[in-house]
Amino acid sequence: MSEQGRVITYADAGVEALREEMRRDDSIVYIGQGIGPRGGNFRQTRGLWKEFGDDRLRDTGICELGATGVAIGAAMAGTRTIVDEVFLDFALEAITQIVQQAANISYMSNGKIKAPVLIRGAMGSVRSAGAHHSHTFYNWFANTPGLKVVLPATPYDLKGLFKSALREPGPVVFVEHKSLYNTKGVVPEEEYLIPLGDSRIVREGTDLTIVAMSRMVDLAAKAAASLAQEGVSAEVIDPRTIVPLDRQKITNSIKKTGRLVVIDESPSSCSFAAELLAIAVEDCFDELRSIPKRICSLAVPNPFSPVLENQMIPSVDRIISEVHNMMKQSGRKS
Amino acid sequence: MTERVLAEQINRDLLLNYYKKMLELRLFEFKVQELYRNARLPGFVHLYVGEEAVAVGVCSNLDAGDLVFSTHRGHGHALAKGVPPGVVLAELWGKTTGCSGGRGGSMHMYAPEYGFMGTNGIVGAPIPLATGGALSAKLRKKGQVVVSFFGEGAVNSGSFHEAVNFGAVWNLPVVYVCENNLYATEMAFNRATKNTSVASRAAAYGMLGVEVDGQDVEAVDATAEAAIRRAREDGGPTLIECKTYRYVGHHEGDPGTDYRTRDEVQQWKQQDPVKLSRKRLLDYGVDEAKLLAADQEVEQLIDQAVEFAENSPEPSADSVNEHVF
Repeated sequence: MSEQGRVITYADAGVEALREEMRRDDSIVYIGQGIGPRGGNFRQTRGLWKEFGDDRLRDTGICELGATGVAIGAAMAGTRTIVDEVFLDFALEAITQIVQQAANISYMSNGKIKAPVLIRGAMGSVRSAGAHHSHTFYNWFANTPGLKVVLPATPYDLKGLFKSALREPGPVVFVEHKSLYNTKGVVPEEEYLIPLGDSRIVREGTDLTIVAMSRMVDLAAKAAASLAQEGVSAEVIDPRTIVPLDRQKITNSIKKTGRLVVIDESPSSCSFAAELLAIAVEDCFDELRSIPKRICSLAVPNPFSPVLENQMIPSVDRIISEVHNMMKQSGRKS
Repeated sequence: MTERVLAEQINRDLLLNYYKKMLELRLFEFKVQELYRNARLPGFVHLYVGEEAVAVGVCSNLDAGDLVFSTHRGHGHALAKGVPPGVVLAELWGKTTGCSGGRGGSMHMYAPEYGFMGTNGIVGAPIPLATGGALSAKLRKKGQVVVSFFGEGAVNSGSFHEAVNFGAVWNLPVVYVCENNLYATEMAFNRATKNTSVASRAAAYGMLGVEVDGQDVEAVDATAEAAIRRAREDGGPTLIECKTYRYVGHHEGDPGTDYRTRDEVQQWKQQDPVKLSRKRLLDYGVDEAKLLAADQEVEQLIDQAVEFAENSPEPSADSVNEHVF
């Protein structure tokens, strides 16, 4: 990615992807609450209603179960749809439609019916949103055969992944992070696509591999920069999509460094971090020089108090401290 | 011929077709019951016996390109929409020639090539899906209509409420057909809700609601015909409540007598849609010999379906990972 170029926000990168794809494919219909004239709770559809109107930007009441079912049914019948849950938490109102209908339909119909629906939602802790507006359960979707799961961490990735996701034959759960919407980055004006299943090496390194997604990528990068000053060379990888997963590039890195730390905003038990540790054991056992480590949110509902919330989620300090502990372990190799 | 005689002739031919189709649904389900009881079919099944006039009366008014979203009790809907009985039975048998290649089974069978968008294992779930199908139809502006079948057991679910509200507010080309057979599994409708008139609920959504005798195929036909025409002409959705009954248990294995009396079942059998239409055909002056020939034709169709399904291959175990995405 070029360091030079036009800088826009994460939210605007999504708007741009949508505008380009909705112009390219006039069957795309966007369904959700507040996504019309209001332009989305997070400004994630700003300006689109003006161009595409009521037919294609379909504002709904607060009824995620119905809206998601309608989006899936329309997709089954040949109309590509996006359903915006706004907060990923609200996808729980519609979970039966996502897991039982959208995810299963290709298989149940022997491949005869596809549901090209993109289920969009913003996750994660931000400014004391509290327990009902902060969940990060992307791993639930990743555990459901039939769903692809995308977690962009930067404006550049958001746009390129969004455009690819809108060309997928089946359902995609597209998980943004609330606290990233106002972050900025370089996004080229010319068209580009990022294929699903292609991870990004955020920073190259030789002593350990840090895998992080979504907002945790920024924390991992900051920790790596700090560790570099002490002479610890951390490689940071962002899988960008967890289904499909770029297993090859991640395991190549683990084999190279012999150490793995996973940063995950979900609780550790049965998490994506747990899956990555399992992969490290399955694929890289002989190359591991220390015990792989998960750095996850604590297993508590999201607290309201800023003090408690900060305690709950991973921090740069916690990452650095865990890496220090890891580097003290005597390697099995070398 | 005078106009009146011509009209009678058309009615007779139509009713004879309905009779044959209803008999096909009935004999198909009896065959499934027999095969299931003899442990020939895997999984579990919910039979449509007693409700045939609804599927046939509604689907006879649909074009090939119109869509049907069905329920867990959906074999009858599939057949009425034109899916061949052999293809439905092969699916129940888990064979590759089944409409879902053996990956679906009774509650997950899909035949989009016949406009059949699936049975469903989740009560209530197909109502939003059908509404979405209707949104797709409306946007494409090809005059396509969608029918959403569901039982009265679905109407107390949030899915029903949210879906029909969308259908109404977006004026979608969908017909909501409630098969009110009085029991959701074992739960009597009047124990589950204070308002037992499903049709009356339409008013809550600003939608037309109609109640019809679901055992009278001609009555269902007339009601559905009007609703489907309205939908096709962009007149919006209709909620049709068909008063009907299942003679069998909720699923095969449920005797269906713990929560309702034998008398009640017998009473409903007096209103049997197949027998009623047969009697009406005789009243119209149709030859009994003609009816016997029709019976034989349907019996043969079912026998051929069994032969086709039984002799079809099982999927290869290696194919288990296909079609996930």
